Amino acid sequence: MRLQLVKAAEHGAVVNWPFDQPLAEWSIEGMQKVAGLHRHVVRMVEVGQTSYVVKELPDPLAEREWRLLRELAEAGLPTAEVVGVVTGRQDEADGLLITRHLDFSLPYRTLLAGRGLRIPYLGERLLDALAGLLVRVHLAGFYWGDCSLSNTLFRRDAGALSAYIIDVETGERHEQLSSGQRQLDLQIATENVLGGLLDLQMGGLLSEGIDPVETALAIEQSYERLWLELTGIDEFNADETFRVDQRLRRLHDLGFDAAELELVTTLDSSRLRLVPRVVEHGFHAQKLRTLTGLEAGENQARRLLNDISRYKAVVEKRSGCKVIESVAATRWLEERFERALAGIPAELASKLEPAELYHQVLEHRWFLSERAGGDVGIDETVASYVADVLTNAPGEQMVTPDEP
Amino acid sequence: MSTLRLVNLQKRYENGFEAVPGLDLEIHDGEFLVLVGPSGCGKSTVLRMVAGLEDITGGDLLIDDVVVNGMGPQQRDIAMVFQSYALYPNMTVADNIAFAMKLRKTDKEEIKAKVAEVAELLELTAVLDRKPGQLSGGQRQRVAMGRAIVRNPKLFLMDEPLSNLDAKLRVQTRGEISKLQRRLGVTTMYVTHDQIEAMTMGDRVAVLRRGVLMQCASPAELYQSPQNLFVGQFIGSPSMNVVRGSVGNGDGDDLTVSIGSQLITLTGEAAHRLEGLRDYIGRDIAIGIRSEALGDDGTASINVEVDLVEMLGSELLVHCTIDAPAVRAIDSGVEISDQPESSIVASLDPRNPVKVGDRLQLTVDTLRMHAFDLESGDAIGRS
Repeated sequence: MRLQLVKAAEHGAVVNWPFDQPLAEWSIEGMQKVAGLHRHVVRMVEVGQTSYVVKELPDPLAEREWRLLRELAEAGLPTAEVVGVVTGRQDEADGLLITRHLDFSLPYRTLLAGRGLRIPYLGERLLDALAGLLVRVHLAGFYWGDCSLSNTLFRRDAGALSAYIIDVETGERHEQLSSGQRQLDLQIATENVLGGLLDLQMGGLLSEGIDPVETALAIEQSYERLWLELTGIDEFNADETFRVDQRLRRLHDLGFDAAELELVTTLDSSRLRLVPRVVEHGFHAQKLRTLTGLEAGENQARRLLNDISRYKAVVEKRSGCKVIESVAATRWLEERFERALAGIPAELASKLEPAELYHQVLEHRWFLSERAGGDVGIDETVASYVADVLTNAPGEQMVTPDEP
Repeated sequence: MSTLRLVNLQKRYENGFEAVPGLDLEIHDGEFLVLVGPSGCGKSTVLRMVAGLEDITGGDLLIDDVVVNGMGPQQRDIAMVFQSYALYPNMTVADNIAFAMKLRKTDKEEIKAKVAEVAELLELTAVLDRKPGQLSGGQRQRVAMGRAIVRNPKLFLMDEPLSNLDAKLRVQTRGEISKLQRRLGVTTMYVTHDQIEAMTMGDRVAVLRRGVLMQCASPAELYQSPQNLFVGQFIGSPSMNVVRGSVGNGDGDDLTVSIGSQLITLTGEAAHRLEGLRDYIGRDIAIGIRSEALGDDGTASINVEVDLVEMLGSELLVHCTIDAPAVRAIDSGVEISDQPESSIVASLDPRNPVKVGDRLQLTVDTLRMHAFDLESGDAIGRS
């Protein structure tokens, strides 16, 4: 037997698991079955504050998925954190792939059943997140082969969702994908999403207002729109270089940044052709991290950055002088962000990620202020949010789906 | 009903690597063609070009005599079988088969009729209203196939569909796929690295090596009449025994082949079958003898020493040493071992009391001997 483990000091408990037994027969502390659609035996194991997902599959597949998940993570794509792989078990038993459960992630069954805190336009948010994920993996030259709701986990992201790829058994890494590979992957995704949604609907588990066929079909449009915006070529007159800035802004609005742009003059030098060469996701998240050190989803980061800008404007107005952005961000962190979170009892604060909590407080303040016809203070907002919303909301640090 | 034609089909990557230098192949209507070859031989690249997943860099791909080079996967009307085995637990078998047709806004009555037709073909009519949890493993597999079939594709493409299954299920599913393909009559291209899978499933088998077609023929023809050393050694398990020998003149029309210190005489039909050897008199060649052509029945014999005995129940595999160097096909041509002795395998009657260390006289069925050119690896047959 061979166990390959990353961050061995952090995941030391894994070493003591009964790898000589079939996964279905394990009976260790913190063990849970994982509901949903699985081709293999899958179990979840909780060790202290960390939850692991263990999947039993043939050695070559386990090795391959282990390698692909690491490659995806290295490419900066949102994916399950791979912990270890076990191969060469006795009696030619299948291998084991161990990943870390993504904290605060929501399986689609939980999400689409409408349980937990409400997400407006859930169907659209879901397809936007999935299409966005597919575009990102394709940009990285990765063919998924089985993009589906059950192979994805979702995290709240300030009223939207961000999607994480958690199963890449059928995946392939290429230098660049052909348009045929992208088309087929998109077709598979569309059919799989329809299947997943119809299945929930037939089980009486799909929240109202989501049309399975329309939602599945909309993924293709959402994907094509985003792909074109990220990779399409702009052509404009040589004296219209402001169009470069326009294009960059559009990319930023979508949460992407161009690490490399190519500008080429046409043969007669009268026009310029702009091609985004290296497009990376996480523009706002990166900016927030630089300014405050906070980790957040892309939409959460956008929301928090807007709040920092608003805060900066208020401080400048009050003091009558300019405040540089990094100084404003440091003060915002202390006076707004940390102050708001400090008002939430510790046992409730662990229900959601800090950035999501803060976003929800901002949403709640907007709601209270509108009702009151004037601005409501942050302390009052936090108290109301805790009493009226958070206390009754389910914890989301570790959510496993219910049985189908 | 469809045909598939590859005309000088080429794949060259931007870095200059030529995965497929130019492939000509035709798959007849309703035929089950298996592409087989070792890892990296280009078989999956060919399948992906047919599927529209890889851009074609030269030549033509025709489905029903229409060039489809520029068409995307969806326009080609093909089905990649076993992309996903997922069955949806809350949906009935009928819904599991039909749901993707809703995306194409197919009329309800048409869906119903199509599902009924597919269910009958797959022997699933009686379980159409059941949920996947109430089905056997085989039935579930057929429901997954039903999803591909219901689209009525022109072609089935299967890329190593059994590679994830354990050995027992692989054998079982292999049979299911073969039976189903024959019942449906859909033209099928199947890719595998496993020559046993290829031989047991295909109407014809195309053997690829470094993107070049080595031979395309029925399984029996490939096995009995390999056109080159590569096919001879790749097809068959145990692999064909191949050693260096030299050709000489016998009495009258007879020919002789020396293998190490031993002489085999080819007379009558055996000499006629390998008539081309007359051009090699006084020269070295590669001699190929399959394990079952050694043993109990033959006109010539060789002396060997037994190294290992494997009892497989229906046969006894006897590994022996012979005083002639081994020959094998390699990427750049043919390689002769620098060891003066080599190991050969004979398949004997399981009741044979042979044991390790025995000196054995194995008879050779000269009518089933093969000969190959030591430089080109091409088979030497009737001239």
